[in-house]
Amino acid sequence: MDTILEMKNITKTFPGVKALDDVSLKVERGEIHALCGENGAGKSTLMKVLSGVYPHGTYEGDILYDGGVQTFKDIRDSENRGIIIIHQELALVPLLSIAENIFLGNEISENGIVNWPATFARTGELLTKVGLKENPATLVTNIGVGKQQLVEIAKALSKKVKLLILDEPTASLQENDSQKLLDLLLEFKAQGITSILISHKLNEINRVADRITVIRDGKAISTLDARAGQITEDDIVKDMVGRDMAHRYPERTPNISTEKLMEVRNWSATHPLHPERKVVDNVSIDVAAGEVVGIAGLMGAGRTELAMSIFGKSYGTDISGEVLIKGVTADVSTVQKAIASGLAYVTEDRKEMGLILDESITTNITLANLNGVAERGVLNDGAERSVAEEYREKINIRTPNVAQKVVNLSGGNQQKVVLSKWLFAAPEVLILDEPTRGIDVGAKYEIYTIINQLAAGGKGVIMISSEMPELLGMCDRIYVMNEGEIKGQLAAKDASQEAIMRMILKA
Amino acid sequence: MSDTDNKSIGYYLRTHIREYGMVVALVAILAFFQVLTDGIMLKPVNLTNLFLQNSYIIIMAVGMLLVIVGGHIDLSVGSVVGFVGALAAVMIVQWDLPTVFVVPVCLVAGAIIGAAQGYWVAYWRIPSFIVTLAGMLVFKGLTLALLGGASVGPFPPEFQAMSSGFVPDFFGGLIDGRFNVFSMTLGVALAALLPILGLRSRAKQAKFAAVDEPMAVFVIQHAVAGLAILFVTYLLSTYRGLPNILIIMAVLIAIFTFITNSTTLGRRIYALGGNEKAAKLSGINTKRLTFFTFANMGMLAALAGLVFAARLNTATPKAGLAFELDVIAAVFIGGASMSGGVGKVIGAVVGALIMGVMNNGMSIVGVGIDWQQVIKGLVLLAAVIFDVYNKNKA
Repeated sequence: MDTILEMKNITKTFPGVKALDDVSLKVERGEIHALCGENGAGKSTLMKVLSGVYPHGTYEGDILYDGGVQTFKDIRDSENRGIIIIHQELALVPLLSIAENIFLGNEISENGIVNWPATFARTGELLTKVGLKENPATLVTNIGVGKQQLVEIAKALSKKVKLLILDEPTASLQENDSQKLLDLLLEFKAQGITSILISHKLNEINRVADRITVIRDGKAISTLDARAGQITEDDIVKDMVGRDMAHRYPERTPNISTEKLMEVRNWSATHPLHPERKVVDNVSIDVAAGEVVGIAGLMGAGRTELAMSIFGKSYGTDISGEVLIKGVTADVSTVQKAIASGLAYVTEDRKEMGLILDESITTNITLANLNGVAERGVLNDGAERSVAEEYREKINIRTPNVAQKVVNLSGGNQQKVVLSKWLFAAPEVLILDEPTRGIDVGAKYEIYTIINQLAAGGKGVIMISSEMPELLGMCDRIYVMNEGEIKGQLAAKDASQEAIMRMILKA
Repeated sequence: MSDTDNKSIGYYLRTHIREYGMVVALVAILAFFQVLTDGIMLKPVNLTNLFLQNSYIIIMAVGMLLVIVGGHIDLSVGSVVGFVGALAAVMIVQWDLPTVFVVPVCLVAGAIIGAAQGYWVAYWRIPSFIVTLAGMLVFKGLTLALLGGASVGPFPPEFQAMSSGFVPDFFGGLIDGRFNVFSMTLGVALAALLPILGLRSRAKQAKFAAVDEPMAVFVIQHAVAGLAILFVTYLLSTYRGLPNILIIMAVLIAIFTFITNSTTLGRRIYALGGNEKAAKLSGINTKRLTFFTFANMGMLAALAGLVFAARLNTATPKAGLAFELDVIAAVFIGGASMSGGVGKVIGAVVGALIMGVMNNGMSIVGVGIDWQQVIKGLVLLAAVIFDVYNKNKA
């Protein structure tokens, strides 16, 4: 076996974060090489370095590929050498056809005039190869996510791929679509295509991977050889997590009130565009003062939709159900009213929906409670600054100055700004949607500490997370949601990843 | 980056390069034309004209700033200027209604026009470009219909006074009627008031936290501003005194600077333009705010329409033609961002003045209207390139 790719001592820093620290990776020709690691461990960053998204010169270290040191300037450069990356977020144009998407930027043409018959014929061949039975003229928007994923792969094949990189390809796929995709990878391997597979799903990795490299906190921890002998998931997990579960979450003695702080009864909401699809179906949950309640589920289970529909009907139509706060029915029909009722919602996507990136830390912190720093509509600059300084200290936002623009902060510090904003609005109940997504391990610990302090202060916390260990480590009680319904709930002491998965999968 | 570094003057100037750059550019352009026109540029009579000629653009630029900061655009303002001028002419000249009645009615009409457009933008989420493009056509047509295709005028003196009148000299005769002492007094008062207000706000800020702006910058800035005010009022006082319209403008600028800098309303408009989703999820009524910025714009366009009609002393079907372009250009030269969330009232005003000084200067020098347009276009492009360059460098 010869080596197709060797990444040597790659180091990549972002302002405030060392995303990759001296990482080396060796991939052999014709193998399926899996990359494992927690969110934010640096897997995607490593692949972006490889594919030229971060061009040569913005990182330290060398990429040896196909016999020589490569200095890719952009994605085109790496694609020309046969390295194709398929990102987590699909990069298809929804209103173009499958054929147009596959040959986008790489059209079969002569003197700028597209040869449509050849395009469609080639597309037909490629679709057969990936096992997708669709008309090449079908618009991408009209096929499901699983099929779109296959279109992406067909697109990769159209470019004479030598090294295929898949970044969590099955994250948003149904079970049978995932299986199909993995079979396809094995087939490619038989044809001699090398693949790098980034995945969180250990069972999938075990099924297809020849070797597994584990990345943690920006460092390559180990490379395990699956061909040498059976590797157990525990082996991988041990390297991924590194330290004991016990020390990843701060200590806390729950002090939970017996009375319910917030109750949601029979909550339902339908999809804004597809009125026949119930996204949230008759959900009833509750949280007590001092309690941290988790909502577990797969992507698309309806957790974010539940939270947003409760928070001022910010999602969905045809919303029904009742919200009680301290036993009294609360009006949560607009965001203003929801905030006034004592609710706060920390969005899943802090850059898109949580922060005004080009504004200062101060401006962002006071945004949800401007009247708290104003008198009769006139802002008090000084009071505003002192509020910002107070939270900078209390929440430990690392910045030289609260006048700093939020865009310049690291993910963890940005998340602390979002939390500060909602703390300043003085809510009773906080709904945290993926509060630690995309932030590094140290900052996660700090966020967990803040959550614990909130609970200790008598707030109710509802925590939505796709990372099950996080829910297990933090929550007193975990609801399990799937397909818009609450499938059941588990007390902290009875909960385990297996128990949650079983609940999700049970019909 | 350390704390002390942040407080240094260099750092402060670097982070505020755009604001100071604008003012420096304005002064440089003024000086350039002062030389090129052999001193005509800053002659009191020309300076007075400069304000009269550009008043309606400045008035609208202030409103347009809010619209653009909110993430939208209003293409209809030129047509609204024409329409409101025509409305005023019909009411005053043809129906003989009193000015004191007509002026508020016209302002309300403008606000309703703005609100009608803002309604579709805010509550139906129809792109403002389309809604106001439609408004532009509609009101251009309605202007023609109102005036029957002809000019209507002249206006009575009290209506004209709004635009071509001057602040009377209450201390008249002190210096032989050749110097407007009252105007000068107003200028001195303003020049004295600004540093006092500035110091008070610094003191208030210092009570809670460190003051961002270095003292040296504060002093220089207020000294320069004060001297500029004194200089301009002195020049104007040796002619006929402060034009009424300058007072109206100054009041508007003060009000809107206050709204954008110091009120929750202003802060919310910046938040809306900066990230609408985040603003909405922070409990801000984004729809009502958008609606407000358009209604406000309509009212200011109506005021500009009245001023323009009063200045021409007639309402013509061509009034307001292409004004929207000058107004929008002024706001972007003044540093506002097309994507919303960024921009300052004073920037828009300086942007309008830069355009005005260039128009005026080039006309005096004798540059043809053809080349004037080319040069103005390039200045707009240069200002925006400067912005983008600065942003990328940061």
